[in-house]
Amino acid sequence: MHELGIVTHVAKTLDEVAEENRITKIGSVTLQIGEVSGIINDYFVDCWDYFKKKHPVLQEAVMKIEIIPAVTYCEDCRSEYETVKYGKICPHCKSERTYLIQGNECTIKEIEAETEE
Amino acid sequence: MKVIELHKSVTDSNDRDADRLRAEMKKAGVLLINLMSSPGSGKTTLLGATIKGMPDTRIAVLEADIDSAVDAEKIASWGARAIQVHTDGMCHMDAGMTREGLEGMGYEGVDLAVLENIGNLICPAEFDTGAGLNVMILSITEGDDKPLKYPLMFETSDALVISKIDALPYFNFDMEKCIERARRLNPDIKVFPLSAKTGEGMQAWTDYLHQEIRNWRENS
Ligand SMILES: Nc1nc2c(ncn2[C@@H]2O[C@H](COP(=O)(O)OP(=O)(O)OP(=O)(O)O)[C@@H](O)[C@H]2O)c(=O)[nH]1
Ligand SMILES: [Mg+2]
Ligand SMILES: [Zn+2]
Repeated sequence: MHELGIVTHVAKTLDEVAEENRITKIGSVTLQIGEVSGIINDYFVDCWDYFKKKHPVLQEAVMKIEIIPAVTYCEDCRSEYETVKYGKICPHCKSERTYLIQGNECTIKEIEAETEE
Repeated sequence: MKVIELHKSVTDSNDRDADRLRAEMKKAGVLLINLMSSPGSGKTTLLGATIKGMPDTRIAVLEADIDSAVDAEKIASWGARAIQVHTDGMCHMDAGMTREGLEGMGYEGVDLAVLENIGNLICPAEFDTGAGLNVMILSITEGDDKPLKYPLMFETSDALVISKIDALPYFNFDMEKCIERARRLNPDIKVFPLSAKTGEGMQAWTDYLHQEIRNWRENS
């Protein structure tokens, strides 16, 4: 269960952030998730709602997700194309020498929080 | 409420934990290997052959199966120290769980500790376990196209074991093509085609491990 694994890491990171910044309550968390990161968003939010109850500062935190589209770059014709539509093979020149430039990320973009005084 | 921008990778806290664990293992002189593959590609069998092929090396194994203790019992029956680590249904091991397993088992006097990660070619590649060496197994029955489908695991591994080569006559597995695809993703990857069943290729593998254990100690 990949989503649960990631959720535990998000919660751990936020606990640390809360301590460093004297945060008393986190109202929302915005994650940026790549289109081909393999994370299923609905499932992810369910995991979050279940898991956040174990962390006092996160109890009311709403999970917001921004999807980052996947883009692949072709080394042969130096063009970019939509990964999900064409996969590994460049639609312009049929080359296999291509690599993903975005779409695999899973980062914590920002939080909304209340701090001491 | 105010907005605080973080732009942190979700693996940030794990990455730091992994670096701490790596430093502790370095200090203890124990090389920790993270062994990854799909289910059934031959991790436990390779460990058995490795234990037999390296009689003077003290090997300990952390078995991270989701719920059974079968593999840990097998390893123990071959004379190596073994522990079953509980992953609570998770699809990968992280540095915290690895540390708990190592501490639970005890690693004093051990030369080589191996974590048999959960069978899966995706998630384990994303989480640093704190290992000094990442090794993946691809069995020839899985096909030579796997580097194209699961690039991250090939990118993060120091060595690729291509297992079950005794079965090559029965499968359409293009060894050269597979190695070329893996090297395109990771030019430095060491490749070991072998059969744990017949022993073919095992010598090069155990020589490599002996050398890596020496390197790990010398630089500690
Ligand atoms: N022919 C052949 N079969 C092998 C070889 N190595 C392993 N096998 C067989 O492959 C099957 C799976 O091997 P395991 O060692 O249990 O694989 P594993 O990766 O530990 O499996 P999980 O822990 O369940 O993910 C068994 O039936 C083994 O006998 C080999 O070198 N040659
Ligand atoms: Mg096994
Ligand atoms: Zn192209």
